Amino acid sequence: MDFIAIFSIFILACFVGYFVVWSVTPALHTPLMSVTNAISSVIIVGALIASAAAGSASSKWLGLAAVVMASINIFGGFAVTARMLAMYKKKER
Amino acid sequence: MDIQSILAAAADGHGAVNPWAAIAYLVAGVLFILSLRGLSSPATAQSGNRFGMIGMTIAVVTTLLTHMPMKFGDATNSYTGVDPVGLIEILAAIGIGAVIGIVMARRIAMTAMPQLVAAFHSLVGLAAVAVAAAAYLNPQAFGIADAAGQIFTVSRIEMGLGIAIGAITFSGSVIAFLKLNGNMSGSPIMLPGRHIINLGTLAAIIGLVAYFTVDQSPWVFWTVTGLSFAIGFLLIIPIGGADMPVVVSMLNSYSGWAAAAMGFTLGNTAMIITGALVGSSGAILSYIMCRAMNRSFISVIAGGFGAEAAASGGGSKEQRPWKPGSADDAAFLMSQADTVIIVPGYGMAVAQAQHALREMGDLLKKEGVTVKYAIHPVAGRMPGHMNVLLAEANVPYDEVFELEDINGEFAQADVAFVIGANDVTNPSAKTDKTSPIYGMPVLDVEKAKTVLFVKRSMGGVGYAGVDNDVFYMDQTMMLLGDAKKMTDDIVKALNGGGH
Repeated sequence: MDFIAIFSIFILACFVGYFVVWSVTPALHTPLMSVTNAISSVIIVGALIASAAAGSASSKWLGLAAVVMASINIFGGFAVTARMLAMYKKKER
Repeated sequence: MDIQSILAAAADGHGAVNPWAAIAYLVAGVLFILSLRGLSSPATAQSGNRFGMIGMTIAVVTTLLTHMPMKFGDATNSYTGVDPVGLIEILAAIGIGAVIGIVMARRIAMTAMPQLVAAFHSLVGLAAVAVAAAAYLNPQAFGIADAAGQIFTVSRIEMGLGIAIGAITFSGSVIAFLKLNGNMSGSPIMLPGRHIINLGTLAAIIGLVAYFTVDQSPWVFWTVTGLSFAIGFLLIIPIGGADMPVVVSMLNSYSGWAAAAMGFTLGNTAMIITGALVGSSGAILSYIMCRAMNRSFISVIAGGFGAEAAASGGGSKEQRPWKPGSADDAAFLMSQADTVIIVPGYGMAVAQAQHALREMGDLLKKEGVTVKYAIHPVAGRMPGHMNVLLAEANVPYDEVFELEDINGEFAQADVAFVIGANDVTNPSAKTDKTSPIYGMPVLDVEKAKTVLFVKRSMGGVGYAGVDNDVFYMDQTMMLLGDAKKMTDDIVKALNGGGH
């Protein structure tokens, strides 16, 4: 994909992010942080490419290390967000 | 096209982008948008989180399928199939991460959420550094270099920025973690000439990233990495504990930009969309936190807040009369009230008083009292932290209100019950132009008919080091003692009182 196409997606996504995040209720700002943490670990895509590629052993091991780190974040981030969100309850009656 | 040749083309890295993979990444990106959208209300938040998980699964499975580790047959000089050892290594890496992540998520106390988030940020940063370094060492695998191994110019800038932001995120988050976790003093550490050192280091990083476009030698790449690690430490060290909510939000933003920069390198839409979302999210949260403390972003970054305030707080203080009260007095006052607004601060969470506080609220509700909770944006140690702590104690979220929604109601309230909060109730922020917290939005507790102020002692001052006029007002009763013990005693008095 050429640079301008990617850059356009990036700028539009920044605007989407701006409006979506302002609509998040302040009561959920902590879960917002933990879930953004989990999804920013989509960087695991790069890590997986590096660990699968042939040609450089150091590149492969860096990739595998990044897979471990990103996985900690993905599983930990989603799990702790789910744990927090399960605690938010309405008045019972 | 059979699956084998698709895999081979993808593993080559030179092949055109697989359109199905591109669409799958786009779907993942859209699911991430929906996952943040779900957080607009607690009712939809859990489904939002699930969208995020589905999006991540799609992104990971797509990458695994299109980038299988391949066995290279020397005899045929071509890929001969999937390399099982390589695949097992990758799955093992995911498994190790999953176990560590889930154990951490299960064990962490809700009061320690800021540390956990800082730790997670540091991992995103370090992962970005590792990926950028891997891409630098093996650029052909990422399809960002020509046959001679020359990395494309645009990719060099993206990679340079990616590693710089990733390294800053990592080292900055480590310091934030140590400060939040108490391994390092929360008070700012001021190096002499730090502004010059920091600006010089930043200029060197930018200059070297620019130079990287003409010279891809290892020394340029690794110097950028090293300097970026250093600047991350240097930037966060002078920032005081009170500003940590801003720092954590800011690092959240950086972790997003790091992911976006790597997304540019790989031409991956899921990473770019996510990076932009997370980057804006962190930036908005930093802005909200700065506004809640009436601090400019620049002054937070410049650091030193808390040091000067502590110095001015140590000055001469006049002794003014104040009214002490007991748990029984508080229980009586509140049980006779129509409306009680509870103002919790971080001191409440430190004393682990949230469960006792909820019990107190339940007993009051049984007596027909309307109970509401008023949350200042910086009541906790990170954005929204206090809401989580109250939710953990089973306080229904529709009894919890944000500052702007409840501030008008203090005038009609019979009792404002302030527990573990101080600066966020200080009226001098509205009137005293010389006060260090002047201009900060505060909760108007002094407008309530009676103010009950739970505080450890009269000596201590808040983070900003300023005295609070509310302590000395006629309608204020100071309840001195540990927040949890005091609340427990009030609960006992409410139970025994038999109203």
